[in-house]
Amino acid sequence: MSETAIRHDFSAEPVSNVTGYRAFTAGSFRFSRDEYFATIEWPKGRHQMPVDAFLRALMRDIAWGFFYGTVNFDAVFGTTNLYGQVDMFAGRYNDSYRAAGLDWQERFEASELMPLFKEMISDWTNDGYDPFAAPQETDAPWGRKNGGNDAAVTRQRVTARRMVGLPGDTQPRTDESGYPVNRMFADVPQDAPLVEAEPGFEDQVCAYNLFAYLSRSDVTWNPSVCSVLEDSLYCPTTEEFILPIEHGNDRVEWFMQLSDEITWDVKDKETGKPRAKVTMRAGDIAAMPADIRHQGYSSKRSMLLVWENASNAIPEMIQRGEAPVTPVQF
Amino acid sequence: MRAAQHASAARHSAVAAGDEETPLAGGGYTTVFGALNDYRKGHIEIIDDDPKNYVFSNVFEIAETCAPYERVVAGKNFDYVIEAGRAERDSPWFTNAHDEFVLCMDGEIEVRLIKPEAPLLAPDARGAHLAGAAPAGAKMGRLVLRRGHQGLLPKGCAYQFSAARPSVFTIQTVLGPVSVEKWADICIGGGQ
Ligand SMILES: [Fe+2]
Repeated sequence: MSETAIRHDFSAEPVSNVTGYRAFTAGSFRFSRDEYFATIEWPKGRHQMPVDAFLRALMRDIAWGFFYGTVNFDAVFGTTNLYGQVDMFAGRYNDSYRAAGLDWQERFEASELMPLFKEMISDWTNDGYDPFAAPQETDAPWGRKNGGNDAAVTRQRVTARRMVGLPGDTQPRTDESGYPVNRMFADVPQDAPLVEAEPGFEDQVCAYNLFAYLSRSDVTWNPSVCSVLEDSLYCPTTEEFILPIEHGNDRVEWFMQLSDEITWDVKDKETGKPRAKVTMRAGDIAAMPADIRHQGYSSKRSMLLVWENASNAIPEMIQRGEAPVTPVQF
Repeated sequence: MRAAQHASAARHSAVAAGDEETPLAGGGYTTVFGALNDYRKGHIEIIDDDPKNYVFSNVFEIAETCAPYERVVAGKNFDYVIEAGRAERDSPWFTNAHDEFVLCMDGEIEVRLIKPEAPLLAPDARGAHLAGAAPAGAKMGRLVLRRGHQGLLPKGCAYQFSAARPSVFTIQTVLGPVSVEKWADICIGGGQ
C-alpha cells in the first residue's frame, strides 16, 4: 500500500471472556492485552511489550497529543507526529526489521486515532494503577480486568498561557488544591518570592516558586508549560524511574537539569544504534540533536526543565536541509 | 565539588557518613540543587558520536567564570536563548520589547521594574538591550527571587537586577545585543 494513504478504519472488539479486556484495531494494526502483556500485530509481524511499559508509553502519547516527532514505545512500535496526521509504525526505526523488510507503517488522522488510544487506555488500566506515577507510587497493572482509573488517565496537561502565577493563568500548586509535596521532594523549600507590585501593575509584576511548584507535581515524565515566549516554551517536569518512551526528535530539544541527576541513553533516530550516554546533574544544560532518540533514567525523583521551540516550520526546515540537526556549531 | 545538601540533620541522623548522594535510610531524600562554587558537572560517555553535538555546559560553571551580569548564552534554539550569568551588586538597566523570564538558580536577586515614559525600543526589537541610566518612568514594582523562583520581565519594561552576594540567574529570552556567545569556552568538547 502507499505509505501516504490515510486509514480511517478503527474498531473495538467485544470484551474477552477470559481476560475481560477489549482488543482494538487501527488500520491493519491490532492491539490486545492479557494479564501481563500488550500484543501488537500487523500484517508482517507480532510484538509484545510488558503491559506496564506499554500503558506508560501510551499515556504519554495521549497526554502529549503525539508530542514532537517520534514516540517510540520501545525499539519496535511507536508513532510519528505529522501535526494533523500521525504515522503508526512497527520496526520502521529498527535496523534489523528494516533490513528484513518486516517493518510496517500506516497513516491516520490524529483526531481519529486519539479517541481509539483513549478508549484503549481507559479499558486496559485497572483500578489503582496510574501510568503517570513512578512504580513505587502506584499499584500494579497486572491481571484480568479489574475496574478502572479514569481519574488518572484523563489528567489534562497543564499549560500556562504566559507564566504560572499571573492573574487568570495557571496557579501555583498547594496542599489545598490537591497537590501535596512529593515524598522525594520533602526537603524542597516552599518559600514564595517577594512580589511588590505598584497599583496598576499587578498583572505584570509577578513571580512564583518554580521548584516548589515542581515538588508538588503528581506525575512523572509529563512536561507542563510554565512560561511562554512566543514559540519558546519552558516545559519543566519531574522525573523518576525511566522515561516511558524513546523520544525521537524532529527538532532540537534542550534540557536544563534543575535538581539531582538523569542519565540519558542516546541512540540514532533511524537505526536505534547507541551513540552516547549523557549524565546531567543540577545546573547542566545540553541539547538533544534532531537526529537522535533519547530515554532518561532518574533514580531519585528529579526536576528537569525541557525547553522546546514549538515552531512547526522547524521539522520541514531540517528535512529540507535548511536547518542543522544540532543547534550550535563551535 | 560536592553537591549542595538541604535536608535537616534530623532526617539524616540514620545515614552513615559518606552516604551523601541520595540517602534512603529513614525514608529521607536529599534533593540536590547546584550552587555557585558547589556543583558537580555531569559528563558524556561517547559510543559513536561527537560530544560537541550536545552543546553541554553548566550554568554554575558559567556563572563562576563570567563577568558580573555578562549574559552568556547557554542554550540556543534558532533565535530563542537561555542566558546564564552571575548577579553581583547592581546590574545595568536592561529593556525589552517582548517578555523575558528570569529564574534564580542560587542566592538572592532583586529585580526592579520600571515602565518607561516612552518605549525605548522599536516594537520588533529582539532580545534584551541596555537601557542606559535608570530610565524615566513609573515604578512597576520589584521582585526578590531566591533559588527556584521564576519572575516575569514584562514586555516593554526596563529592569535592573541587584544582588548583595554573588547569585546565579538564567533568563528565557531572545538572542540580542547583550547576549554573549562563547560556546567553545563553556561546552564539553570545546577545548576548555
Ligand atoms: Fe525529548
